[in-house]
Amino acid sequence: MENTHSINYGTYVLVWLGLVVLTTLTVAIAGLNLASLTVVVALAIATTKSLLVANYFMHVKSDSRVFKVFILVCIVIFLTMIILTFVDLIFRVP
Amino acid sequence: MDSEIIIENKNTEHIYRDDVGSKMGMWLFLFTELILFGGMFILYASYRFMYSDNFRVAAMRLDTVVGTVNTILLLTSSLTAVLSLAAIQKKQKLFSMYLLGFTIVCGGAFLINKYFEWSTKIHHGFYPRGPEMANLSDGEVVFYGLYYVMTGLHALHVIVGMVFLTVMLVFVYKEKITFDNNQKLENAGLYWHLVDIIWIFLFPLFYLIH
Repeated sequence: MENTHSINYGTYVLVWLGLVVLTTLTVAIAGLNLASLTVVVALAIATTKSLLVANYFMHVKSDSRVFKVFILVCIVIFLTMIILTFVDLIFRVP
Repeated sequence: MDSEIIIENKNTEHIYRDDVGSKMGMWLFLFTELILFGGMFILYASYRFMYSDNFRVAAMRLDTVVGTVNTILLLTSSLTAVLSLAAIQKKQKLFSMYLLGFTIVCGGAFLINKYFEWSTKIHHGFYPRGPEMANLSDGEVVFYGLYYVMTGLHALHVIVGMVFLTVMLVFVYKEKITFDNNQKLENAGLYWHLVDIIWIFLFPLFYLIH
């Protein structure tokens, strides 16, 4: 069996450093008053952090394509659920 | 396929091992977790949409510092979890065990923080049907309900992850997990990282609304 993961400690530590920086950033930005943008920025940073964790710590980046398609399908199903819920909420007649 | 190997042991029995299949099974399980928490995130989003002002007021009472410390703890534990896998692949058994031990300790520290955070809230009367809840608006009550259910379910996952990793630590010690047979450890790591990702979203949604 050939393990294709890059077993380089340095890369992982760099990714961790990036995650800590992004955490600091999201806390700092929450202090500013961005009104309705706050949640958008917070979610954008959280998504970036998740991509880092998934790609490097969970090795999705070096996994075969079947895993990537799998994950994508799951995320699309989840997003569909969110969109359908909000279509209901926004257009609901009181 | 390069992932399927057949090991011939002393008794010339064939032991069949399929690492990719094992990993795929783990991912399938993680998808069910994603939908479990996903449902709650949708509930959160819907209520936040309906009571955005109440949510802001309620979130102000949560301790951002504790939330930030816990975020760093989980991120660090994720790093050491993946490093322990890298270490075993480099045949550094003892280093791998230290890293796994550190990961479990980080999980424990996370739970201790959570315990103090929750007990402070409960002490002040902010819990479902608690004395302070009667004075709160509907949106604030919903916020605390979601806060306890979502962070509570997440904490439960941290406990399960710690048990999972402890078993892996024993396996590494007993050399049931080795440099060329470590899919179990990777699967435990995948679970731990997913718990980390869920917290990455919980943190800004509960602690950082201003």
